[in-house]
Amino acid sequence: MNSCSHYDVAIIGAGMSGLAAGIRLAHFGKKVCIFERHNATGGLNSFYSISGRKFDVGLHALTNFVRPGVKGTPLTKLLRQLRIDRAEFALCEQKQSRVAFGPNGETSLRFTNDFVVFENEVATQFPKEIDGFRTLVAAIKTYDDVSLDVAPISARAVVRAHIKDALLEDMLFCPVMYYGSAQEHDMEFGQFVIMFKALFLEGFARPFDGVRVILRVLLDKYRQAGGERRMKCGVQKIISREGRATALVLDSGEEITATHVISSIGAPETERLIGLAPQAAPLETGRLSFVETISILKCQPAAIGWGSDTIVFFNDSARFDYACPSASLDTRSGVICLPNNFDFGPDRQLSEGIFRVTCLARYDQWAPLTEESYQAQKTRCFAEVQRSARRFLPRISDSILAEAMITTDMFTPRTITKFTGHMGGAIYGAPIKHRQGRTPLENVYLCGTDQGFLGIIGAMLSGISMANFHILQKK
Amino acid sequence: MTKDECKQVVLDIIADIAPDEDLSNVKPEVRLRDQLQLDSMDFLDIVMELRKRHSIEVPEADYQHLASLDSCAEYLTPKFIALAAKG
Repeated sequence: MNSCSHYDVAIIGAGMSGLAAGIRLAHFGKKVCIFERHNATGGLNSFYSISGRKFDVGLHALTNFVRPGVKGTPLTKLLRQLRIDRAEFALCEQKQSRVAFGPNGETSLRFTNDFVVFENEVATQFPKEIDGFRTLVAAIKTYDDVSLDVAPISARAVVRAHIKDALLEDMLFCPVMYYGSAQEHDMEFGQFVIMFKALFLEGFARPFDGVRVILRVLLDKYRQAGGERRMKCGVQKIISREGRATALVLDSGEEITATHVISSIGAPETERLIGLAPQAAPLETGRLSFVETISILKCQPAAIGWGSDTIVFFNDSARFDYACPSASLDTRSGVICLPNNFDFGPDRQLSEGIFRVTCLARYDQWAPLTEESYQAQKTRCFAEVQRSARRFLPRISDSILAEAMITTDMFTPRTITKFTGHMGGAIYGAPIKHRQGRTPLENVYLCGTDQGFLGIIGAMLSGISMANFHILQKK
Repeated sequence: MTKDECKQVVLDIIADIAPDEDLSNVKPEVRLRDQLQLDSMDFLDIVMELRKRHSIEVPEADYQHLASLDSCAEYLTPKFIALAAKG
């Protein structure tokens, strides 16, 4: 055995969680290597180039934003744990976002990074519910959402104990679910709390240059700490003996060994690498997948009347139905993101307009298509998504939008599986989370999506927590 | 290593872990948690930085000795002296 190929820790996947775990471990002197199947880092939150134009995927906004001086929140914990100066992220705050419900967005709740704006909107539009809303918020603030061992409870049940109006209830669930829930219809309350704080009590921001700034900071820290990284080098198998991983087989066939393995690729995906014990039922994979349309505009969205909103969460139906659609696509609800509408300062704007829309989609209606039918379905769905989303933005004519549009792109459930390896195109992973990150093998731990801290800050904290809990705290 | 030097070692570590905290007026006799916003993750980092930078081991049962700068100095100074004598 080549002595170079033994690591204290092997990390599978160079997404946000894997990189964060890697930084912690390398900083404290562990010999670490991250194995990433693709040539880009970031996993679900990454970027790609087409004809010299960079597109972000995943990240609409960095959630959990708090201003300098606010302490004890996930963002500050993360910065401390990774020794990142917050100036390195150079975060710019959102202008305003909305939850817009009704066939044409008739009921709309505005929110910003000042929670009082949202609270006032609820008080104005749901005067009977404001007391209940406040008691709910108080319950959320005191809930221990980072505990690694809590019994799951239904978020719908907890919210209904405070809020009677189904419309308001759904309007609270829509953003929270769209930004992180792997479960259909309902969520575990702890997960709801994490996301409610991240979106409403904290807020949205982004670096001017988007997700690549965050990735660059993480990569720099990891490199400086002495971490190794092997790109285009996936792990195809985890070999085990007597309940412990003994070696990893890489895509190239090469074998490496590691004392500990941290897997960020998902619980069912990790199980697949380990191989199922005889007679064991496979872990359930997630059913929630999405399409996202991206339109590049030659002007700022403000020039066509779309200058106010940063993010809009929409739903046109009587109830908000967060579930795997029965057809390829469900455009009744979705999320609009206009990245130009972050406050980048008076003298700075993104060079082109960007209009992104996310809707729920069904993996098995996309995966088996021939290339020709796949392209045809993409074209049809693109138009449907745009048509639906535009109902929730200020009205503009088809010709104005067509005139402004330079190019478009779209990801589908199939794209997600191709580039992230998540089975079933499940962006938020499997419905059952593993808070302690345990797997059938005692020295293999999960981090990231299926450990269950949500959002990109959550993903990084997940990597940190698992590195601390399973490796650094042991000695 | 004097007790004051030992306190400075701990302060230097806290300054790196929590650059957003103002350490100019830390009272040595008051619990760190009561005057700075440090959580259990931060305390774990103090322990780990002591190991990384100074090869000082603090077993989990002894974490309580890191409550204030004074108690840190009481607990850690003999360890630093013992280590210097060995080295």
